[in-house]
Amino acid sequence: MTDIAALTGDGPIRHRQGDAAAARVRRRYRAEARFKAYGIAALVVTTVFLVVLLADILVKGMPAFTQHSVTLSVPVPAEGFGDRSVSAIRGADYFPITRDALKAAIPGIESRSGERTLTRLLSTGAPDVLRDRLVANPSLIGTTVQVPLLLSDDADLYFKGVGTRIDSRAARGTATPSGTTGEITIESTAGDFGADLATVRKAIAQQVLRLTAEADRAQSSGATDAVARVAALREEIATLRTRLDDPKSQEELDSKAPSLLVAINDGLVKITKLSDTAVSGDVLLPLSSADPAGAGAWRVVTYLTPESNRKVTDQDVAFLERFKDLGAVHRDFNWLFFSSGDSREPELAGIRGALVGTALTLLVTLALCVPIGVLAAVYLEEFASKNNLTALIEVNINNLAAVPSIVFGLLGLAVFLNFFALPRSAPLVGGLVLALLVLPTIIIAARAALKAVPPSIKEAALGVGASHQQAVFHHVLPLAMPGIMTGTIIGMAHALGETAPLLMIGMIAFIVDVPAGLTDAATVLPVQIYLWSDLPEVAFQAKTAATIIVLLLFLFVMNGMAIWLRKKFERRW
Amino acid sequence: MDMPVLSTMRSDLATRLKPEAEAKIVARDVNVFYGDKHALKSVSVDVPDRSVMAFIGPSGCGKSTFLRCINRMNDTIPICRVTGKIEIDKQDIYDPSLDVVQLRARVGMVFQKPNPFPKSIFENVAYGPRIHGLASSKGELEQIVMSSLEKAGLDKEVRDRLHDSGTSLSGGQQQRLCIARAIAVNPEIILMDEPCSALDPIATARIEELMEELKENFTIVIVTHSMQQAARVSQRTAFFHLGILVEEGSTDQVFTNPKDKRTQDYITGRFG
Ligand SMILES: Nc1ncnc2c1ncn2[C@@H]1O[C@H](COP(=O)(O)OP(=O)(O)OP(=O)(O)O)[C@@H](O)[C@H]1O
Ligand SMILES: [Mg+2]
Repeated sequence: MTDIAALTGDGPIRHRQGDAAAARVRRRYRAEARFKAYGIAALVVTTVFLVVLLADILVKGMPAFTQHSVTLSVPVPAEGFGDRSVSAIRGADYFPITRDALKAAIPGIESRSGERTLTRLLSTGAPDVLRDRLVANPSLIGTTVQVPLLLSDDADLYFKGVGTRIDSRAARGTATPSGTTGEITIESTAGDFGADLATVRKAIAQQVLRLTAEADRAQSSGATDAVARVAALREEIATLRTRLDDPKSQEELDSKAPSLLVAINDGLVKITKLSDTAVSGDVLLPLSSADPAGAGAWRVVTYLTPESNRKVTDQDVAFLERFKDLGAVHRDFNWLFFSSGDSREPELAGIRGALVGTALTLLVTLALCVPIGVLAAVYLEEFASKNNLTALIEVNINNLAAVPSIVFGLLGLAVFLNFFALPRSAPLVGGLVLALLVLPTIIIAARAALKAVPPSIKEAALGVGASHQQAVFHHVLPLAMPGIMTGTIIGMAHALGETAPLLMIGMIAFIVDVPAGLTDAATVLPVQIYLWSDLPEVAFQAKTAATIIVLLLFLFVMNGMAIWLRKKFERRW
Repeated sequence: MDMPVLSTMRSDLATRLKPEAEAKIVARDVNVFYGDKHALKSVSVDVPDRSVMAFIGPSGCGKSTFLRCINRMNDTIPICRVTGKIEIDKQDIYDPSLDVVQLRARVGMVFQKPNPFPKSIFENVAYGPRIHGLASSKGELEQIVMSSLEKAGLDKEVRDRLHDSGTSLSGGQQQRLCIARAIAVNPEIILMDEPCSALDPIATARIEELMEELKENFTIVIVTHSMQQAARVSQRTAFFHLGILVEEGSTDQVFTNPKDKRTQDYITGRFG
């Protein structure tokens, strides 16, 4: 009673009033607001990083999931397939068949170099589809087959937008080509090339200004070789000046400037020399005739990206655009990415080998980890007497969980490869090493799950006369199972993304074949990512990102499964 | 303490008391240590066969500890050490040659907090008979389960939800399920540690009724904080205080005419 009187009176309660108290409250509010702001800021920063990372990977990787091919009518000759047995069909030479189909699609390519460029647009794996069709149905031999032929990585990338923008404008005058193939000149009656010439001249004028400035700088610097350098520069300036002063001069185009072409009479001519009214150049696509073309019937085409800045040449672009105009180019889902092993050719490289390798490796890991880990946890948690030895083991298990993974790789190298002489690069060894790596994680998770089962359940079982072992295996372990599975999945997800220890045991080799067994040479997804990220080809960058997407999907699925299990088996005791 | 209620109980009790039964459990000089802590000091008590004995006393005085000695549940606590002698049917239960699992099948236990297995109601009751091989067929097992549920007064409520989880029952139903689980293995002794502490008066009354029936076939030891409950259901009462068995006698005598000042103070609510 006295306490209540003191509280309601003007005793201790007074400390909650007055300016000091109000200031204290304000200070508390400020502190809370500050804390909240820090929290939100941290969250925003992490979210932004995550979104940027994921978006970057997605944007880079998505193109790798599709692939372009060109569908052609391929006449399959009747001979060249021996006795038409499966092995004979498999062993036949398909290169001339596809080459002839290409030449038929773009007639008039006579030169060897043109032919080579044309065939280079196809992947070396392009005839595989044709071969598979013929193997499946030998009666197609001697007929004409519509086959999608896989394009090479550069051609594929060109269609994915890594090429050049193309401008095209109708011409005003009448153009007369001097021939249909080879090097020809085209004359226009209306000075259609004046604008282009002006552009080129402007570039030359700028060059002159730049060189003049450089010459002045060199002169004033007073370096030992300045005199010679200035002389050379002045000479270059002089030649450029004469080119500029002569209105009738022809300008040569080089690969550092946007390419200029003329589309005329169903053909395409790449301009090499340019003047106001006439151009000369190389025929990329043969003209149907040398007849004059009237205004509007021919066009001036510009490939805006200079040839030296792209992987595809003007000739390549001309062929590819022609295929596109023919309606032969298709973009399809890239099944090959999932059905083939690694390859030096980006368009043929797939992750099947890495996927199977990962599956086999994780299978070994799982088969070893779960029984050993769970039994070790059950024994340590429920049966082992609590003495110094078990305490030591416990401390060491916790320490093992923190050991850098590369150390496990070295251990695997020393023990499994050198001592037990197991094969290098094999999923078996990878699985063993990863098992060592995740075993501590699983033991710790399993022990935590076992500990989380209320002792009252065990006592209830003991109370009805179950033995200790029965109580553990009938009641405690099943109840701990969701937690153990969650821990296992997280451990396996950890193993899935592990690279370093696998490098030590040789799983980094370039392996084309999809592994068929536990002792075949194999690689795994993260190592595949590591391998591809190192390659110079642009197409492999997309493949790398695509593989990361696949790996992340697996991780998401596994972690999602762990969450689902946790939710599903969440219990009220 | 509400004395008028007790006095009406007393006359009732007198008529119910059976002739002096033989001791089912004999404890002599039992000491329990939790590490260095001396939790139970030299306790000697006899529990008569086919009757209800109540352990009362303030919190922390060692009632549960003693109860857990009787089915050796204390073995599960590593730091716990028991000395002295406890005999059931003249057999020393701390004899190393005795199988503790068999002992626990003979001495069932109902815990303070209902702890059904997170399995179906049927499985909860069937588990004990199954591991002890008490039923030779599925039908027999079902029979055991149903009769156990019936004895625990739960059969009507759960008849058509036998496959629901045991944890989906209410607290009182769970406690009766635990009782059914305990009697399904047909023990000789049932230890109940505050079985009604979480229950409402109606559920409490049902369990007390149940004890009344069960004592025809079983020996029951109950720990309770309710003086009225001890007076209502038990024939003998033991009062513990600070690890010492202060007083033990017929319930009638302990409640109406306690020999010790501490007992008197406790039952009249002067401390505890
Ligand atoms: N597992 C244990 N480890 C250590 N000390 C324990 C343990 N269990 C009980 N004790 C101690 O033994 C003493 C007796 O405990 P016990 O549980 O028997 O009390 P109780 O009479 O059942 O009390 P309550 O009425 O509150 O249930 C207490 O002082 C308690 O602190
Ligand atoms: Mg207790």
